[in-house]
Amino acid sequence: MSFSVIRLIPGDPIMHIIGERGASEEQIATIKKNLGLDKSVVEQYFIFTKKALVGDFGESIVSKQPIISEFKVLWPATFELALFAIFWSSIVGIILGMLAATKRNSIWDYGAVSLSTIGFAMPIFWWALLVIFFFAVQLGWFPVSGRVGVEFEIPYRTGLYLIDSLLSENKESFFSVLKHLMLPAFVLGTVSLALIVRVTRSAFIDIQKEDYIRTARAKGLRPLQVIFKHIFKNALPQILTALGLAFGQLLTGAIMTETIFSWPGLGRWIIKSIEARDYPAVQAGIFYSMLIIILVNFFTDELIKIFNPKLKES
Amino acid sequence: MSFYFRTLTYKGFYMKTLLIFLAVIAVIISTNKSLAAQNFVFCMEGSPSSFNPQLVTDGVSMNSSAQTVFNRLIDFKHGSTEITPGLAESWTVSKDKKTFTFKLRKNVAFHSNAFFTPTRMFNADDVIYTFKSQLDTKHPLSIPAANYEYFKAMELDQLIADVKKIDEYTVAFILNRPEAPFLANLAMDFASILSVEYAQSLIKSGKGLKTLETAPIGTGPFVFKSYQKDSTVRFKAFDQHYKGKPKIENLVYVIVTDSTVRLQKMKAGECHVMSEPQPQDLDQIKTFANAKLMSTEGLNVSYIAFNTEKKPFNNIKVREAISMALNQKSYIDLIYRSQGTAAKNPIPPTMWSYSNATAAHTYHVENAKKLLAEAGFPDGFETDLWTLPVSRPYLPNGKKLGELVQADLAKIGVKVKLITFDWPIYLEKSRKGEHQMIQMGWTGDNGDPDNFMNVLLGCSAIKAGSNLARWCDKDFDTLMQQAKENSNQKIRTDFYLKAQLVFNKQKPWYPVAHAKLNKVISDKVTGYKIDPFGHENFSSVDLK
Repeated sequence: MSFSVIRLIPGDPIMHIIGERGASEEQIATIKKNLGLDKSVVEQYFIFTKKALVGDFGESIVSKQPIISEFKVLWPATFELALFAIFWSSIVGIILGMLAATKRNSIWDYGAVSLSTIGFAMPIFWWALLVIFFFAVQLGWFPVSGRVGVEFEIPYRTGLYLIDSLLSENKESFFSVLKHLMLPAFVLGTVSLALIVRVTRSAFIDIQKEDYIRTARAKGLRPLQVIFKHIFKNALPQILTALGLAFGQLLTGAIMTETIFSWPGLGRWIIKSIEARDYPAVQAGIFYSMLIIILVNFFTDELIKIFNPKLKES
Repeated sequence: MSFYFRTLTYKGFYMKTLLIFLAVIAVIISTNKSLAAQNFVFCMEGSPSSFNPQLVTDGVSMNSSAQTVFNRLIDFKHGSTEITPGLAESWTVSKDKKTFTFKLRKNVAFHSNAFFTPTRMFNADDVIYTFKSQLDTKHPLSIPAANYEYFKAMELDQLIADVKKIDEYTVAFILNRPEAPFLANLAMDFASILSVEYAQSLIKSGKGLKTLETAPIGTGPFVFKSYQKDSTVRFKAFDQHYKGKPKIENLVYVIVTDSTVRLQKMKAGECHVMSEPQPQDLDQIKTFANAKLMSTEGLNVSYIAFNTEKKPFNNIKVREAISMALNQKSYIDLIYRSQGTAAKNPIPPTMWSYSNATAAHTYHVENAKKLLAEAGFPDGFETDLWTLPVSRPYLPNGKKLGELVQADLAKIGVKVKLITFDWPIYLEKSRKGEHQMIQMGWTGDNGDPDNFMNVLLGCSAIKAGSNLARWCDKDFDTLMQQAKENSNQKIRTDFYLKAQLVFNKQKPWYPVAHAKLNKVISDKVTGYKIDPFGHENFSSVDLK
C-alpha cells in the first residue's frame, strides 16, 4: 500500500531536484541510477519489501540521510504533541461530558456539546492562526512557534523535549518547552475534544439509568461519590475506546498543526516528502503512522480489559 | 480522595478544577521569557537539504552553508553583482584568454569541530581539491553518488580543462575556450572552498565523505554548530576569520515554513530578520512598531513564453497582438502589489547591459485586434496557458495572473484555457515543449547577462529544455556566442544591447515583471544589507 500510493501520484522526484535550472539527459540518467529509480517498478517493489521487512527504509531522496535516523528525531516531537493534546482534551472532555450528562438539557449541556462541536468543525489552520494571533502576538503569553526558545540548546537523548530538557544542563529550558507545547497542543486537542465530550456524555446518561446507580443513591452516597465510584468506572471502557480512536484523528490533525506551528514532527515531514516525491520517506512515513495507530489501539484494547473484566472472559 | 468527594459539591468540584487549570497555565506563562541578547535570529522559509555547498541548489541551503560557513576565491560585493577579491587576492588572464592565474590569500584559517582540527592554513591544495573533485567523478575525494548539479548546470565540467598548482599560494585554471562569465561563476556558492585535509581525515576515520553534508568545515565568518531537523540551525562566530570576527556571537536560523506564522513571529519579536514576506502582508508590515521592510530589485524575471514551434505562435504577428492585448500595469498592481517593476527585457534593470532603447509593452486592444486579423485570425482562436502551480520569488501567484491574462485575451477573441500541474510535472512537461503559452521565471545565478539570455533563449537551450519559447534566432544566438567569448565588459555590453533589440522585435516572450526582494528587519538590527542574489551574510550585522 504505502509503496504504491505515492507512485500513483504523477510527478518525478528528479524534476523536483532540478527545478527551473534544467539538466542534460545524461545527468538525469546518472541521478536516476544513483537513486535506484532506473529499475522497473516491480524490481523497486521487491527491493523495498525486502529491506522494509528488516526495518530498513533506505535514504531520503532530498536530504540523503537514512530515513530511520530522520524518523528517530521527528517521531518523538509528534508523540509529545499528540500526548499533550490528548491529555488536556481528555481531562476537559470528560469533565464537560460529565457536566452535560448530570445537568442534562440545561444550559450547561447545550453549552458543552455545542462548544466542543464548534471546536471540531473549525478548520484547524484557521483556528491555529487565530490562537497564535490572540495568545502569542496580542497577549504575548506564549511563543508563536517552535519547540523551545532559541536560547536553549537541548541535546538529543529521548527526543521528548520535556524529558530531555530536564536531563540537560539548563533546567530552565523545561518551562520554555512547556510553553512552546501549550498552543499547538491546545489547537490539536480541540479536534478530539468533541468526540470525548460526546462519548462521555452518552455513556454517563446510559449508566445513570442502571439499577445499581439507583441503589447507590438510595444508600445515601453523595452525588460526586456516585459519579466517580460508580458511573465513571463503568463509563471508562467506552471513553478509552474513544481515546484510541481520537489518537488516530490526532495524527491527521498533526499534519496541519505541525505545519503552522513549525513543529519539527512527522506530519510536516510527510507533507514535505509528498511535495518532493521523496518516495522512501513517504513510504516509511505511512508505514510508521499505521504501525503507531495499530499499536495504540492494541494498547487501549488491553487497557479496557483491565477495567472491564467481562471482556476478558469472552 | 473519598473524603474529598464526600464533602465537595458539584459546583465546588467544577470551580476547583477550573481554578487549578488556570493556575497551572498562569505559572507556565509567568516563567521567564526573554530573547537572550547574544542570539541573532533569522527566520527563514524552509529547511536546508544539505550543508555541502557543492551539492545544493536552493537558496535556503546556500544561505545555511556557502554564505555562512564558507568563502570563495572571488566574492560578490555584498549588496551588488560586482565581483571583488575573496580568498584570491588578485588574478591575471593570459593572452589567449584561456588561462586564469590566481594569487591566494595567506594566513586564512579553517574551522575545527569535535572530530577535526586543521594542522595548516588554507593553501592551493584546497583549491585544487575543491574543483577537481567536482570536475572528475573518479577523483578519490569526489563524493560517489553526488552529481554536482550546479557545477554541471553552469557547464564548468565542459569549460575547465585543468586546475594546476603553481606554488603553495598560486593556482592556474586552464579553460577549453575563452569564457567571460567564468570569474563570476567562481563567486557562486558551489565554488565555495572546502578543506582537503578535512575530507582526507573523514575517509581515514571511516566517517566517510557523507559527513561533509552534515558537519561542514570552511573558512567563513561563522562556525557550524548544530542542525535540528526542520527546526533550527546554529552557528557561532569564528574568531579567526580573515576579515575579523563577526560582531554577533551566536547566529540561529529558525525554520518557519508558513509565511503568516513567520510574520506573526516577527511581530512578536521572536525574529531579528525574516525572509520572504508575502505581497499581501506588506501594508501590514509598514505599521509594525518594532520592525521595518527592506527591499531591493531582485535578479529575476517572470515571463509568459509563446511556444514558437507551434501554431499559431510561430507567427510573429500573433505574438505581437497578444503582447499588445495584455495589460501589464494591472498585473504589477494586483499581483505584485507594486513590489515589482514592469519588465520589457529578459534581464532585470539592476544588471549591467540592460537596454533602455527597447520598446516597452504598449497596451492597445483595438490595434491588437487588427494585428490578429492581419495574421489570419479575425475571430481569434482557442489556446491554453499553463499557470505556475507554486509561489516563486519572481511570481507570487500564477493562477491569478492566469485569470487576468484570460480576461484580457477574451477581449480580442482569444479563448484561453488555464492549465496547471504539480510543480515537478509542470517542469517535466514544459521541458518537452508540450505547452502553448506558459508562465515561467528565472532567478540569476552569477549576475551575468549570459546567465539569463543564453540560458533561457539560446538555440542550445531548446535541447536542454530551458528555452520554453523554443525559439532559435540565428542573429540572437551569434551575438550570445560572441559576447561569451569576449572578456571585455564594454564590448560584451554592446553585444547584449543588440541582442535585446532582436528579442524585443521578435517577442518570443511576454516579459511580465522583475519582482523586488523583501526582508523584514527588526529595529534592533544594525548594519544589515539586503542582497540582490538573496544571499544572507550576517558577518557585519549587530544588535542594538
